[in-house]
Amino acid sequence: MNAATHHGSTTCGRRGGMAFAVLGVLLAVLLAVDLLTGDSGMSPRDLIAALSGRGEGAPLAGTILGIRATRAAVAVIVGAALSAGGLQMQTVFRNPLADPYLLGISSGASLGAALMMLGLPLLGAGLSSTALSLGIAGAAWVGAAAVLVAVGIVSRWVKNILGVLIIGVMFGYVASAIIQILQYLSSAESLKLFSLWSMGAIGNVTAPKAVVMAVIVAAGLVLAVISIKPLNLLLLGEDYARSMGLDVRRSRTLIFTSVTLLAGTTTAFCGPVGFIGLAVPHVARMIFANADHRVLLPGSIVVGMDMMLVCDILAKNLVLPVNSITALMGIPVILWVIFRNLRIV
Amino acid sequence: MIALDDITIGYGRDILLRGASCRIEAGKATALLGRNGAGKSTLLRVMSGMAKPIAGTVSVGGRDIAAMRPRELSRTVSLVTTERVRMPNLYCRDVVALGRAPYTNWVGRMSDRDYEIVEQSLALVGMSAYARRTMDTMSDGECQRIMIARALAQDTQVIMLDEPTSFLDLPNRYELVSLLATTARERGKCVLFSTHELDIALMLCDTVMLFDNPSLLCLPTSEMLACDRLAQVFDTRGFDMRGYLRSFAARQGRG
Repeated sequence: MNAATHHGSTTCGRRGGMAFAVLGVLLAVLLAVDLLTGDSGMSPRDLIAALSGRGEGAPLAGTILGIRATRAAVAVIVGAALSAGGLQMQTVFRNPLADPYLLGISSGASLGAALMMLGLPLLGAGLSSTALSLGIAGAAWVGAAAVLVAVGIVSRWVKNILGVLIIGVMFGYVASAIIQILQYLSSAESLKLFSLWSMGAIGNVTAPKAVVMAVIVAAGLVLAVISIKPLNLLLLGEDYARSMGLDVRRSRTLIFTSVTLLAGTTTAFCGPVGFIGLAVPHVARMIFANADHRVLLPGSIVVGMDMMLVCDILAKNLVLPVNSITALMGIPVILWVIFRNLRIV
Repeated sequence: MIALDDITIGYGRDILLRGASCRIEAGKATALLGRNGAGKSTLLRVMSGMAKPIAGTVSVGGRDIAAMRPRELSRTVSLVTTERVRMPNLYCRDVVALGRAPYTNWVGRMSDRDYEIVEQSLALVGMSAYARRTMDTMSDGECQRIMIARALAQDTQVIMLDEPTSFLDLPNRYELVSLLATTARERGKCVLFSTHELDIALMLCDTVMLFDNPSLLCLPTSEMLACDRLAQVFDTRGFDMRGYLRSFAARQGRG
């Protein structure tokens, strides 16, 4: 066999190319559907007509589309971020049930948000609504990052990745405990506010905030791309990765930083959106039938965008929190993974 | 090729080797023998730079491995562990290609030369036909061969293997150790592996390293067979180890 014929033979191939094409077209279609549907009272036909200059209500159509475009963009960003984060965590922990929240990112973010939404009113500090909404995102982000930095510092003394996992889960429990105490002490009003936040919402993100989100998530994705080779080596486990020249500790830090930027940011702005980070990498593996992250990372990102748009369209038209939709869509995938693993073992 | 100087290994107060020194030459296959828990895996981890010794130095080609950067070390020593990689969707060829990681760029881009080496490595272990299979569809022996092909692709002077013969049946064990011995002799590499298969090790390897805790004995196979230390270390009530080794040596002499 000629060595040249192997270029990318197993890494992508025809199947991968086809899959990317189909997923790309699907992305465009879903974006269009997401832009044209919603509860604005303007039918898709009126919208198209208004945009093309015929009919009336062009300014209104522009406003509606602007709002919807922001919302669709946020859905796409969230889908890409959580999927890329989940894929990295599943590889680092060599665990098919790992997700971007595994190390307590969502608990940390929730703690940050809870301190803003529940803690401040307890101290008697009233807040204007805009300051509150910006502050919540910031506090949630700081909370997520703080948990990860803490896990990172403690895990310097822990060689085994399983130890890191346990520390992460423990930090998560500590954060949850503090949140519970805050909830217990809080008034019904701020409780409702907090519980709405924790259900996840992608419609509340304004355009300027979406831009901030996009920039931070893009930085996280750049780190994910830099992590592709380390991730491929880690497929064989940390010992093998180290024996093939990988600085395992540095790679771990790189990957955790990427996951914080990705999952911490989406959680800060949209609340903890569940199951996407867990389920999407498995869907991508099924579609691409490949473990190579040069295929799997872009694959997961595209699948994640598609899936999040589907969830958003459903959530919008059924008027439900997006988190319940992602759970309903993600859980069958997780069950499938569990049953498939059981069958192999 | 490999030099151990004054190596002490162990866990906490439990010392496995104290001040052990030995030299291993290139172009030789060396078997690491010892009882369960003697420290074979620990020594391999220390010699491959995965773990640090309590005291002493390991050097390869005159360079202390503790002073090597990860990339340099990975171009000097490759390792096959006991871990079984049984991942779905992971192609055998891609696993072998990972062996080229110490030579590829940040995203792992392979050159024509890299692909050539991957194919050669697969051919050397007789697994070319399996290149497009995924790791979860392979038997233990096949898996082991792919991991060895990966180590060959890493193109290092030293290849270390931790119990490569475990889980394999007799024909597979024999073939695998023959392959390791041939690789060492024909490619001038230093192949070192731990094993519990006394007969196969003594039959096919050039050198034997024997754990007689807390000391380490390193001798050419014929000398190791001639001295009594093997029998002392593996002495078992109800089994005539001396007689077994004597008849083994006699058969070897006739062969």
